[in-house]
Amino acid sequence: MHISAQWISFSTIVRKEIRRFMRIWVQTLLPPAITMALYFVIFGALIGARIGDMGGFSYMEFVVPGLIMMSVLTNSYSNVVSSFYSAKFQHSIEELLVSPTPNYVILAGYIVGGVCRGLAVGLIVTLMSLFFTDLQVHSLSVTVSIVVLTSVLFSLMGLINAVFANSFDDISIIPTFVLTPLTYLGGVFYSIDLLPEFWQGVSQLNPILYVVNTFRYGILGVSDVNIVTAFLGVLAFIVILFAASLWLLNNGKRLRS
Amino acid sequence: MTALTIENLEKTYAGGFQALKGISLEVAPGDFFALLGPNGAGKSTTIGILCSLVRKTAGQVNVFGIDIDQDFSAAKREIGVVPQEFNFNQFENVLDIVVNQAGYYGLSRAVAHQRAEKYLTKLGLWDKRNQPSRNLSGGMKRRLMIARALVHEPRLLILDEPTAGVDIELRRSMWEFLREINAAGTTIILTTHYLEEAESLCRNIAIINHGEIVQKTSVKALLKQLNKEVFIIDTRAPLAAAPQASGYVVRQLDEHTLEVEVERGQSLNDVFKALEAQKIEVVSMRNKANRLEEMFVSLIKQQEG
Repeated sequence: MHISAQWISFSTIVRKEIRRFMRIWVQTLLPPAITMALYFVIFGALIGARIGDMGGFSYMEFVVPGLIMMSVLTNSYSNVVSSFYSAKFQHSIEELLVSPTPNYVILAGYIVGGVCRGLAVGLIVTLMSLFFTDLQVHSLSVTVSIVVLTSVLFSLMGLINAVFANSFDDISIIPTFVLTPLTYLGGVFYSIDLLPEFWQGVSQLNPILYVVNTFRYGILGVSDVNIVTAFLGVLAFIVILFAASLWLLNNGKRLRS
Repeated sequence: MTALTIENLEKTYAGGFQALKGISLEVAPGDFFALLGPNGAGKSTTIGILCSLVRKTAGQVNVFGIDIDQDFSAAKREIGVVPQEFNFNQFENVLDIVVNQAGYYGLSRAVAHQRAEKYLTKLGLWDKRNQPSRNLSGGMKRRLMIARALVHEPRLLILDEPTAGVDIELRRSMWEFLREINAAGTTIILTTHYLEEAESLCRNIAIINHGEIVQKTSVKALLKQLNKEVFIIDTRAPLAAAPQASGYVVRQLDEHTLEVEVERGQSLNDVFKALEAQKIEVVSMRNKANRLEEMFVSLIKQQEG
């Protein structure tokens, strides 16, 4: 397939994905806005006032970057897992499989769709946070690059989950039993400095700790982790998961007989 | 160059079931070709391999001279597929489904919209273009899949049971449409359970059973193999008993209806003469069963016997 035709196919998939989550905005864009507003009110304004400073910042300032990142990664993941699995379930994925579109274009299209939803929700949550705190961006390049890379990473995870899923139950297992616990224990609500040394070490194994803290560094200029390590880790995972996803599509695992 | 050449195509599924046992066939450009067979014969597996949804175990497939092992992407551009089951997003609207499909083949938005309008109009769906596809009737959904398969204007159109569950009037209009695009040069391969459909539309035919080709010939040649046809004759006046016609088996079904067996080489004129001699007036006559259906059943029985 010629490169210009591949571009058209890619933009068609991305447009379709954006239209999908915009069409069902009550399910995709509104819930994170409401949930995060409640987090801001309860954890930031009500409880946060009693907690006091954390890492040299008010609790509200501390928690906002973590909450933005939490919504970005969960929405990137859920966009791809639900869209790809739904296409598999309805067999509409066959529209793409019978076409000359190469698998890497299909993969890139779904990933960019997930990134668009992650960024859209991230933007909504960021705008809502402005009602509760002033955001001063310490490093725009770090902030933007980590949010985009994180969104790519979790979109890839969503796609792998969707390929292996056999039912709608299977697409909620990873978010419920893996993603949510890792996010809550990933430094969204607290600095790992508060933990005993052993648990600080255990927390270092949680990949979400790195993306949350790197994003927090971009906004506030403070982080519990080395941000160079975090960037390299995220990039390495993206390369590994992209290769794994492409292998799954090329292999036709659970998509072709 | 053929539109499609299949050589020694085999498919064994993961569980060990051998769906295709080395089938070979050729379809000429511009042909209207029927692939017939009972359920589980290997028709859908064959189509699945042609459109890349099923991976072959062995054998070669060429589409307009393109070997799918060498350049499946180029081969796919030549093929449009209408599957048996609805396989579009039930929540997308009709126009988006067709326009997006054009995009997956690399057609620009402008061309995609032009083609979508052309084929949705031809198939009577343009008025429904902004409707979610789930709101369409069964027949409309099937026509939507045809429009989607044609939007990149393939040279080979493959239809897997396109008129299953479609009412008679709509089936006839779909036949007209398929004849029209075939006359315009598109090669068509059709699988169907309605043998009347194959007899009416197709020039050549392959019968597949248990993963093997049982018969490959023209529809005309196949029908010539029929030894016997059964006709139903309606009479104006009621009959007390079945009339005699020398050399023919005549049965009475009811007081106004007769069944006559006519073997190859015999003439219907002799039957009419015999009836006329007995002052029996015929008001209408028809085939008892679809001729191809009889042939099909006899071939399948021969193979299984």
